[in-house]
Amino acid sequence: MEPVIPIIILALPLAMFLVLGLCGHKMAHRTAGILGTLGMGVTMVLAYITAFTYFFSGAPEFINAEGVRLQYVVFNPEWLSFYKDLAIKIGFLLDPISALLLVVITTISFMVHLYSNGYMRDHHGVWETGFQRFYAFLSLFSFSMLGLVVATNIFQMYIFWELVGASSYLLIGFYYTKPSAVSASKKAFIVTRFADLGFLIGILILSFYTGTFEFTDFTSVNVGKDTFAIDMSAPTAILAKFTSSPAPMFLGGSVLTWALVLIFMGGMGKSAMMPLHIWLPDAMEGPTPVSALIHAATMVVAGVYLVARLFPLYLMEETALNIITVVGALTAFYAAMVACTQVDIKRVLAFSTISQIAFMMVSLGVARPEFHHGLGYMAGMFHLFTHAMFKALLFLCAGALIHAIGSNDYTAMHGLRKYMPITHISFLIGCLAIAGIIPFAGFFSKDEILTAVFGHSIFWYIWMSAVAGLTAFYMFRLYYLIFWWKEHKIPEGHHAPHDQPWTMTLPLVILAIVSCVAGFVPFGNLVTWNGHPMFESVNFFTNLTALDWSVAAISLSVAVIAILIATVMYKKENPLPDKMKNALPRLWDWCYHRFYWDELYMFITHKIIFGCICKPIAWFDRHIIDGTMDGFAWVTQRLSFAIRGLQSGNIQFYVWVYLFGVVLLGAITAICLL
Amino acid sequence: MESVGSIIVYVVIALAIVICSVLAVTTRKILRAATYLLFALFATAALYFQLDYEFLGAVQIAVYAGGIVVLFVFSILLTSHPGDNSAKLASRKRVLGLTGALLLLIVAGYSLISRCEMITALPQGENPPMKFIGETLMGTGHGQYLLPFEAISVLLLACIIGGVVVARKNNN
Amino acid sequence: MELTILWYLIPSLLMFCCGVYGFITRKNMIAMLISLELMLNAVDINFVVFNRFLFPGELEGMFFTLFAIALAAAETALAIAIIINVFRISEKIDVDDVTKMKY
Repeated sequence: MEPVIPIIILALPLAMFLVLGLCGHKMAHRTAGILGTLGMGVTMVLAYITAFTYFFSGAPEFINAEGVRLQYVVFNPEWLSFYKDLAIKIGFLLDPISALLLVVITTISFMVHLYSNGYMRDHHGVWETGFQRFYAFLSLFSFSMLGLVVATNIFQMYIFWELVGASSYLLIGFYYTKPSAVSASKKAFIVTRFADLGFLIGILILSFYTGTFEFTDFTSVNVGKDTFAIDMSAPTAILAKFTSSPAPMFLGGSVLTWALVLIFMGGMGKSAMMPLHIWLPDAMEGPTPVSALIHAATMVVAGVYLVARLFPLYLMEETALNIITVVGALTAFYAAMVACTQVDIKRVLAFSTISQIAFMMVSLGVARPEFHHGLGYMAGMFHLFTHAMFKALLFLCAGALIHAIGSNDYTAMHGLRKYMPITHISFLIGCLAIAGIIPFAGFFSKDEILTAVFGHSIFWYIWMSAVAGLTAFYMFRLYYLIFWWKEHKIPEGHHAPHDQPWTMTLPLVILAIVSCVAGFVPFGNLVTWNGHPMFESVNFFTNLTALDWSVAAISLSVAVIAILIATVMYKKENPLPDKMKNALPRLWDWCYHRFYWDELYMFITHKIIFGCICKPIAWFDRHIIDGTMDGFAWVTQRLSFAIRGLQSGNIQFYVWVYLFGVVLLGAITAICLL
Repeated sequence: MESVGSIIVYVVIALAIVICSVLAVTTRKILRAATYLLFALFATAALYFQLDYEFLGAVQIAVYAGGIVVLFVFSILLTSHPGDNSAKLASRKRVLGLTGALLLLIVAGYSLISRCEMITALPQGENPPMKFIGETLMGTGHGQYLLPFEAISVLLLACIIGGVVVARKNNN
Repeated sequence: MELTILWYLIPSLLMFCCGVYGFITRKNMIAMLISLELMLNAVDINFVVFNRFLFPGELEGMFFTLFAIALAAAETALAIAIIINVFRISEKIDVDDVTKMKY
């Protein structure tokens, strides 16, 4: 494969960022918007070409004779060369998951670019301040995210990982005149930075023991020029390097486990796993298209992607996978609980995102090659794909609602189904998809995940099914509260809310259609952990026929029951929710306040870290360090004051002193010579 | 043994030097100080004559007494008004000056008296002939002084120009 | 009584001390310059006396004095030019008052 298209895929968003960032303020708003959208559109087309070439061309560097999909390094030049054994490369790795992510990122990014043309202006068509800057940052983000998924080595991934963090920071704080947005952006940056510290340490441990940064060295064997196949011999060799090292154990775990868990910690930060999830709900302060792109569909799945990328290595350490499972399961349940009580629709979606990403994590955590060819891995990637589509859809719908109503609270909405039919239908499709109703996208991926979990442990299966039920419940609660419940009276002289311009509705329609059909994509033959296809032959109904109907029926009934409960409680205005709330006040309180995680963090940072550690250090710094320096200055100053009389500028006094010295010298000489 | 005449002459000269010097630095009228300086310089010239350096004595009178003191007088007349007394000395300054001068006097005088006893008589000496002085000043050989002479003449020229530049009225 | 070298050096020393005293105590810059001339002259005498007593045949000391006189003339001329300039600017020639160029 020629490297031209991959290079353009990376270079075009970067060029757009530079053009819009440097010259944007000279452009008309419309020009900047069209330019950014066009750039992203071209990138999307090229990414599609690349992905389709990878999956369907059958070229020998992409798929071998047995139908196993291979990893292909399109280009991988040295970027920073420290010395002969330590060089950092920047390359383009094409394999099933990177091709998948290319499609997901560029699709969502293009939709968001298009959507923002309508969203980033008010009802009278006046553009937002900093519209061009917004597009520049969107392009920067797209560039960074694309660079992240095609990384050939873990260090390149880390670089782009930080870049997406930075662009996320810039976009959350887009309304930088709003204090809440500023603090949210800082919070996101600091929390993810803290997690990335673990990631970096993990990278260093891993590369210190193995002497390489390359993903292909960790997971694959070379089967041709620039072509690699995932093979367990590679991670086994890595494990052997660790166990044969002088110190294979550290604090009760093997060093490899530590490295993998620390790397996973970076993923926890980016993917908002408990306890590093606190930044994501606050990140909703950013413009809604940004939430759709970054904080729902793409950046937050980077953690999942990271684990998937190193999955064969994780297979070496059962402990690390179990940690991933437990963290994911707890996070999923927690986020689903909290989502049931939130008022701000974007917060509900944010917690829903956390919960769904946790689903993917659990799916990776329970994936084992022994069970259905690593079904969990495929299911996690599948869910990543479908979730990106329907969650972006839900966020864009929420954006349309917010744009129409001017508020984030469902209390200001209620009964909008008549006024905004397109948004209504799209949102409903999104809700059905996330709830896991056949035949929408979420059903298939969630069903695969549950099957995989079922194959691993019954306990986690029941747990995750409950979470799936909660998911259906809170999504339909949200749906009913927005579009049904009681209608608001339109005040005299106000327009009724209505559907948004085509730039905003078109992405909704497209994503809704995708959410309907995405479930039929035969993922088992496209994305598996080692590239081996799962089915002999595929057609449109492969996913349907391959279903484990016992699991599917249970999850489907759970979802339907949850939806029915939501319907009873929220379709019409009634006192049921308040009764529930009063029946379990403690639980409701805890959920509403997100289990007081923020307060806990505040307590830890302010009371313990600031109060007990920083204060004494600050005191030491101020009084001992500064005091020493001030003391030097004080002594010098006093001394200067004391002796400055000597430098009077009075020449006669100088002469006297000189003479006195001469006389003294003369006297000494005279006495000595006698 | 010296002749009585020369001793008398010496005493007169020495007294004149000491008294005029003391008066030159103690009088409060600046023009008088210049005058006492003139007398001290004359006395010094007389000392040179007594030591048989007639050429040097003549130069002393011509350049020092005749040139420099005239410069002093001019500048004094330019910068002060007749009848001006300089302010009384601050006692601190006087103490400083006196201690400095007396300390110097004691140390230098002590070393002089303790070490200069051995050289007693004035050696026989001729008044160096004018021709010899001229040749020494103009010669380039060993112990001859053409180069310093030229250097001094250039220095004097530079001083004249510098003096003119510094003292010239600034018309801007 | 014999006129030894000491008898010639002592008036010169006294003259020098007078110069030192004057230089330290006087405020008027011209008076300070006069004190300076006294010191210079005392040194001249020393040169001549040492030449005459220790190396009667030579003329080094005498020539040194000669050049010193010339230098004194140059130095005095320049100093007086500066003093007059100072006087023109500040109307005073007391050394304590010339502080414009300080700091």
